[in-house]
Amino acid sequence: MACRNCKNNNQCPCQNHENDSYCGCNGNNAQNSCTQREMLHKIMSLNFAINDLALYLDTHPDDQNAIRMHCEYSEKQIELTAEYQKLYGPLTINFMSDTWDWIDQPWPWERGAY
Amino acid sequence: MLTNMYYYVKSLQYPINIRNRNPKLAKVIISQYGGPDGELAASLRYLSQRFGMPDKKSKAILNDIGTEELAHLEMVGTLVHQLTDGASPEEMEAAGLAPYYTDHGWGVYPQAAAGFPFNAVTLAVKGDPIADLTEDLAAEQKARATYEKLIDLCKDDRDVVDVLKYLREREVVHFQRFGEALNGVQEKLYQRNLYLTGGNNNNCGCNN
Ligand SMILES: [Fe+2]
Repeated sequence: MACRNCKNNNQCPCQNHENDSYCGCNGNNAQNSCTQREMLHKIMSLNFAINDLALYLDTHPDDQNAIRMHCEYSEKQIELTAEYQKLYGPLTINFMSDTWDWIDQPWPWERGAY
Repeated sequence: MLTNMYYYVKSLQYPINIRNRNPKLAKVIISQYGGPDGELAASLRYLSQRFGMPDKKSKAILNDIGTEELAHLEMVGTLVHQLTDGASPEEMEAAGLAPYYTDHGWGVYPQAAAGFPFNAVTLAVKGDPIADLTEDLAAEQKARATYEKLIDLCKDDRDVVDVLKYLREREVVHFQRFGEALNGVQEKLYQRNLYLTGGNNNNCGCNN
């Protein structure tokens, strides 16, 4: 389904937005297509889950179930982050590219970057 | 793999997109940037205390929560930035921010809501795991209480409240983890018959 604002109809690689009709973009920033925003949000939720599980595992290092979840999310996170960076530019400075896109992508604190 | 001790990930921990400018809210939210129970104090408190921790769990939890607090510092700075971004000097003045505007313009300066600059006196590093972890439990509760006061003050802006609620929730999780770390340290000290003393003092005169 396309976003009502930016009309972006691309299939999001995160495959997580079947029922969205409004992606939260402001509709006028080409860099913030539904696809990019949703993919980044998916990465952010994975990062959150990995961090929260890490804190839990710091004090419960023998919880096998939590370790399994941590592996599952980390694997997805690595995959999706690589995919995202290829499409939309670097999230960390070790991303290899022929052009230095690090300074062109919006910064997280800027309005509309999310 | 990045080789620095720390590296920057170009995303917030939780998305922030504040639609309505409102420097009045920024004036109070800034306390969680540089105030007594703010995120800068939290990250420095934990990242400094970690060097004095005695066991695996407490070292790890201070390291990892201290790191997460840095992400929260960025989130609070983002709130202040987006709430003041584009405000005219007159709007800043009307929000009671004329003194702030004079010294800091549209920058984000670590200070308390009451205006005093960040001070490391707001945190303690005792080098005593029981004292430090007990302080951390209190610090998380004070941060939670501050976020609740901010939620009351910002209740008309749903974008802001959503972020504040997220940050409040993290304080609750951190409190839980610090409690578990404290239990671990206490157990370890019980094994050595040191009970509730710091465990690194060999000259106290008692036989424990
Ligand atoms: Fe915290």
